[in-house]
Amino acid sequence: MIELDGITAGYDRRTPVVRGASLSLAPGEAVGLLGPSGCGKSTLARVVALLHRPEAGRLAVDGEPVCAWRHRAPRRLRTAIGVVFQQPRLAADPRLRLVDLIAEPLRATGRREGAARRAAELAETVGLTGELLRRRPHEVSDGQLQRACLARALVLRPRLLVCDEMTAMLDASTTAALVAAVESYRAASGAGLLAVGHDRVLLGRWCDRTAEWEDVATG
Amino acid sequence: MTEPSATRPSTPAHPSADHPPLLEVRGLSVRFRMPGGRHVAAVSDAGFTLEAGQCLALVGESGCGKSVLASALLGLLPANAQTAGTARTAGTELLTADEAVLARTVRGRLVGLVPQSPAAHLTPVRTVGAQLAETARALTGLRGEAAARHAAGAAERAAYPADHLDRYPHELSGGLAQRAATALALVGDAPLLLADEPTTGLDRDLVEHTADELRRQVDRGRALLLITHDLAAAQRTADRVAVMYAGRIVEIAEADRFFGDPGPRHPYARGLLNALPERSFTPIPGLPPELGDLPAGCAFAPRCSKSDGRCASQRPVFAGGTACHHPEGAAP
Ligand code: SF4
Repeated sequence: MIELDGITAGYDRRTPVVRGASLSLAPGEAVGLLGPSGCGKSTLARVVALLHRPEAGRLAVDGEPVCAWRHRAPRRLRTAIGVVFQQPRLAADPRLRLVDLIAEPLRATGRREGAARRAAELAETVGLTGELLRRRPHEVSDGQLQRACLARALVLRPRLLVCDEMTAMLDASTTAALVAAVESYRAASGAGLLAVGHDRVLLGRWCDRTAEWEDVATG
Repeated sequence: MTEPSATRPSTPAHPSADHPPLLEVRGLSVRFRMPGGRHVAAVSDAGFTLEAGQCLALVGESGCGKSVLASALLGLLPANAQTAGTARTAGTELLTADEAVLARTVRGRLVGLVPQSPAAHLTPVRTVGAQLAETARALTGLRGEAAARHAAGAAERAAYPADHLDRYPHELSGGLAQRAATALALVGDAPLLLADEPTTGLDRDLVEHTADELRRQVDRGRALLLITHDLAAAQRTADRVAVMYAGRIVEIAEADRFFGDPGPRHPYARGLLNALPERSFTPIPGLPPELGDLPAGCAFAPRCSKSDGRCASQRPVFAGGTACHHPEGAAP
């Protein structure tokens, strides 16, 4: 379903942070990508999430080659992939109440109808309820905000979820709760997962298989 | 989870008369006054002692009060905070000390802070050696060569390589940046170190490395209060573990008993360990309560499988190492 072939990407053409990365995910497969911090795995995650345009290489989603990234990417592809980052505070608009944060992708894609109800439903699946949903990011803990960010990533029912160090800042119980929420979504939807991280024990327990950065990229 | 790297000399769990604890915290509470006259009880009635050559890990999830407790010890609470209780180190009462005393005698001299984010703690435009020497001048009154020698000594104790003293922070790997920050915490020869989430966001190798570096400082006679949500780092470093939930310490246990047999006594602590991917990977159901709206009885009751009527109405007192009406196992 996802094929990466010879991806080179970075922020400065002379010194790409990802070189020649190749990886494929079967439909519905959960793959953990393991690598040390600073190795470029987050950049690769952003390429897969259509947020960062690579300099070279090929990305295909369900056999269809991707040729545009960010806002230029076709909406049909953008909505097929959900993403959660390591730091929820950097990924959440501080002005939005959690319920609006979760519903944001629905509104951005013109699906206002029933957006609040759908957001509340999803919030419940990640363990957020009631009054918490009316709070803004600074009024909740990191763990609660990350739960909202996961719900936001699931709100458009993506076929692939990209989790970039989603639980690195969180305690053991919140980590297990977020992973359980991802897995129950995947069980119901058949979605695939690319989980990027450095915790071997966690990704080994969570994913169908893990791939080492050194085997995925050439440098 | 990995085994601690070295066997440690057993240290007495309780201070005796001739060994007064280096840090003694009793009945420490911190409340924040909120708009509209509300109060948030961030820390309630926390008590523990810490001796030289010992590490106590304070663990719990984000928002449980552990960072507020650390800020209270360093006099870094915001203006709307009210404190009660005592926190004494080397004859100084930390909670009531004014800013001048804190700046002149406490921070860096009595309590060295190992920060969460070394990058944010190091000044980007100056070399590590220059920053260490400046801190040495400020804290010890040494000048010139003597200050530089003192700084180099702190670097050596933090295992920071001497030939990297002329490097700038951005030239350092994550591991070296953490050692540079540790060196800064050591410059003032403070007998008590306070490490606030020193391993957050670090790779496993680096977590173990940082934990081992901190342990080395403890083995050299410093006392370390390690504040972390990372149970692996706590296991690797600590002699004792204190678990915080909803602003209260709910268990204090020897690390060996806590992580090994017989395991924690408090249901929350047991749940936290069970959530680890190397154990059952099962989350504790529900969310922690609001610190501004705590239930009357045990704060964990809505999430606890052992909860009964007594738990809901009556707050458990801390006894036998735990605050629970139905603790697991017998008191150690
Ligand atoms: S006091 Fe009751 S509710 Fe609280 S942890 Fe113990 S058994 Fe559970």
